[in-house]
Amino acid sequence: MNKTENQKAWLFVLPVVLLVAFNAVIPLMTVVNYSVQETFGDNTFFWAGVIWFQDVLNSDRFHASLGRQMIFTFSILAIEIPLGVLIALTLPRKGPWVPVCLVLMALPLLIPYNVVGAMWNIFALPDIGLLGYGLNALGFDYNFTRQPGDAWFTLILMDVWHWTSLVVLLAYAGLVSIPDAYYQAAKIDGAKSFAIFRYIQLPKMKRVLTIAVLLRFMDSFMIYTEPFVLTGGGPGNSTTLLSVDLVKIALGQFDLGPAAAMSLIYFLIILLLSWVFYTLMMRNEAN
Amino acid sequence: MSLELIDVSKRVGVEQHIYPTNLTLEAGGMNILLGTTLSGKTTLMQLMAGLDKLTTGSIRFNGEDVTRTAVQKRNVSMVYQQFINYPNFSVFENIASPLRVARMAEDEIKRRVCEMAELLKLSGMLDRRPSELSGGQQQRTAMARALVKDADLVLLDEPLANLDFKLREELRDELPRLFANRECVVVYATTEPVEALLFGGKTATLHKGRVTQFGPTGDVYRKPQDLVSAEVFSEPPINHAQVTKNGETLTLVSGASWSATGQAAALPDGTYTLGLRPHHVTPAQSGSQPVEVDGNVMVTELSGSESVVHFHLGGRTWVSQSHGIHPFEVGEQATLYADVSQAFYFDASGALIAG
Amino acid sequence: MAKITLKGLRHSYKPDPQEDADYALQQLDVDWEDGGAYALLGPSGCGKTTLLNIISGLLTPSHGQVIFGDKDVTQLPPDQRHIAQVFQFPVVYDTMTVYDNLAFPLRNRGVPEAEVDKRVREIAEMIDLTATLDNRASGLTADGKQKISLGRGLVRTDVNVIMFDEPLTVIDPHLKWQLRSKLKELHQRVRTTMIYVTHDQTEALTFADKVVVMKDGQVVQIGTPVELFERPQHTFVGHFIGSPGMNVMPCEVRGGKAFYQDTEISSWNAASCTDASDLELGVRPEFVEFGPTGVPVEVAKVSDAGRFRIVDTRKGDQSIKLLVPEGGEIPEGNAFLQFAQDHTQVYRDGWLMS
Repeated sequence: MNKTENQKAWLFVLPVVLLVAFNAVIPLMTVVNYSVQETFGDNTFFWAGVIWFQDVLNSDRFHASLGRQMIFTFSILAIEIPLGVLIALTLPRKGPWVPVCLVLMALPLLIPYNVVGAMWNIFALPDIGLLGYGLNALGFDYNFTRQPGDAWFTLILMDVWHWTSLVVLLAYAGLVSIPDAYYQAAKIDGAKSFAIFRYIQLPKMKRVLTIAVLLRFMDSFMIYTEPFVLTGGGPGNSTTLLSVDLVKIALGQFDLGPAAAMSLIYFLIILLLSWVFYTLMMRNEAN
Repeated sequence: MSLELIDVSKRVGVEQHIYPTNLTLEAGGMNILLGTTLSGKTTLMQLMAGLDKLTTGSIRFNGEDVTRTAVQKRNVSMVYQQFINYPNFSVFENIASPLRVARMAEDEIKRRVCEMAELLKLSGMLDRRPSELSGGQQQRTAMARALVKDADLVLLDEPLANLDFKLREELRDELPRLFANRECVVVYATTEPVEALLFGGKTATLHKGRVTQFGPTGDVYRKPQDLVSAEVFSEPPINHAQVTKNGETLTLVSGASWSATGQAAALPDGTYTLGLRPHHVTPAQSGSQPVEVDGNVMVTELSGSESVVHFHLGGRTWVSQSHGIHPFEVGEQATLYADVSQAFYFDASGALIAG
Repeated sequence: MAKITLKGLRHSYKPDPQEDADYALQQLDVDWEDGGAYALLGPSGCGKTTLLNIISGLLTPSHGQVIFGDKDVTQLPPDQRHIAQVFQFPVVYDTMTVYDNLAFPLRNRGVPEAEVDKRVREIAEMIDLTATLDNRASGLTADGKQKISLGRGLVRTDVNVIMFDEPLTVIDPHLKWQLRSKLKELHQRVRTTMIYVTHDQTEALTFADKVVVMKDGQVVQIGTPVELFERPQHTFVGHFIGSPGMNVMPCEVRGGKAFYQDTEISSWNAASCTDASDLELGVRPEFVEFGPTGVPVEVAKVSDAGRFRIVDTRKGDQSIKLLVPEGGEIPEGNAFLQFAQDHTQVYRDGWLMS
């Protein structure tokens, strides 16, 4: 909008600039530094150029974990977004139950990540966990520590349990912002509930859903603690997502160069995909 | 006190929001900016207040250049169309807030707030929160806050637009009195011609970023310099039609004709635009030179005391507004009388040449 | 289309209303003829929106019946009442084109596509939207969107009544006038029953054939604009309708004659009153003029409204306003006022004496 001549305003922004510098820019630069050098951790560096990047991009291991990451992310998006919208639609919009429902919904979001992992680990254990024991008792051959399929099932279920609430809350916020007149007009126009959803609720939720998709996309791409605690990437490498793999390389094998290169590639992928998502979802808005 | 705008203009990118404007506004009486939405009223006010940077020109207050003075240092107050108050403050604290910023003594604050509340009929509700007030009272609170600090320049941007009809009428009555004895420059933006008329003072008509005319309100209304100013200052819209002068005779595009009198008699032969306000077109003969005009009736409105008829005349819609009850049927060919002694004549460029 | 009858209607938002004050809407009996243009007029919070919602079926009244034609629709939901409504803030389906917006109510009702196309084009022509039919509705200005809302009502052939809930609120002031005339024109063309809710007397009076004036959940008067103007049944109507509103001053009646501070005032209904001193006299500014004799006053303020001037005169604390046409003479200082007998009336407890 309109700019005013007030140089003091910059002073107020300064703390944030410094914070962001310490918080993001400086560590990122360190990583960039590592990614183009060879080091053994004793503070001696040799110039390596783009070797690590070439290595990473050509390695089957990276391709495999990136592939797993993609499957994971798109699976949870495909489940959490529609499920979240569906739950939001069923929540009451007025009345004494509103705060109760919202608090219940928000509960999973309040649990620390490692606790979530540990909880589900125990919950899913085939011998003592309620889920694992129950499934086996029902006749399913379920063991998430041995069978990759079961591990995936548990991993996705855990994420859905943990994060669908976020989508619900965002979608709900979008829903309650729709004025009553829209529903009344639709009723008068003889619209059925699907038409109301399609032409009123969905368009009005679009902005918040864009945010929900972006948040869930980025978060799920960066997910580490929960799968690490739950499966540790196993059985075998079957649930080794990008971040888990990254830590294995960097800390487990102390290959700082390749790990740094991989982090940067990882970072760029997230940036790129987020941008693609955002542009696609906002494109209609501009028309 | 005076506020002078010298060659002030505002451009954003390629869009010219305000064309170079020269205007001198003085204390005593209200200065009204009249124009439709997006005509540039708000932009011009923001330039006056120093909330927005000028593209060209300068602003002087009492002869002193304030173009680069920050808004905080200009002693300006502003009232907006939306009722803007601090929601968690009582009415008293809301009104007192500018005085607290100025670090005024407590008893002086109290004296001033009570005086202002008295003037704006808020005395009984100083303890209430804004949310417990009606729209009119909320806007009064906002106004009291703007007035309490004795600002040199008070800007009011359509402050009555969001109020109920009757409240608007009430405040329209009170406002001029409120500013009557104040030593400050008051600028009031409105879209409604009748508001400008009732406030009197001086009026600047704005159209698409240009001030088309500025002068005492009655003069601007009765002697518009050009067609655009006449259109801005007319509700319902001023009627216009092509008129041809041939010797002593003026002929309207619809065929009606009459002999030219007054200033119109001095016009050379040719084609002009005639402008006539709706209340000079009446179902019964009135005025000093009524001329019969016929038209096909499109809409009729009866408001109890007045009749409004919209009819076709020479390819345009004309409106007649008259006292009393005059029923017309939609679709009927009606006969009305235009008092052409009240008509304005504009040349091809839109400038007033007679009337 | 159908006649609308409201019978013994009352409504309270409280579950167990005890006294009159608990009712947002007091006892109401109204007949609305088929094809008429009606307005519900009153200040904020007078119950007009409640009444509107009861007619449209968004609210079920606590007592009484809503009858369309000879069918009791009190318990029916909005979509089964065959009504249309235009809201205060324009409601359009953002993702659809103007065409699809207009077609929406017909498609929902399974009307064949050829018929839909015919109706949509016909109505678009009527509301001047033909040129924008293929545009996205979200890109239109507020008045365009309000026209779409109206158009969605007009396309349907089964509509009993179209209701307007302060439809000009968000319209630019200089376009209000145009849209208002457009509504009137449309009504005069299509002759569907229309009910218009507003707090703006100009909108109500110019639009409606008959106006229902409401105050505190109560209907104060139902009448044509002319009746409301010339014979306000209550001082509230006199004040609320007309700009400026009716002058109201204390008076007493002695022997069938009205007196205001010992000046005799000729009033058309004073003869029917018994002697009393706590009465009020009402006369509109339009019916007051300066004269050689009459009520002595002092001219306090003159406001120029262009076509006429509003003169505020004082007698003590009492203000009496009058209108003087452009060019009329206004005395300075002391003057006398005369009231037109046919339009000067006596009120008791606010209500017109008859």
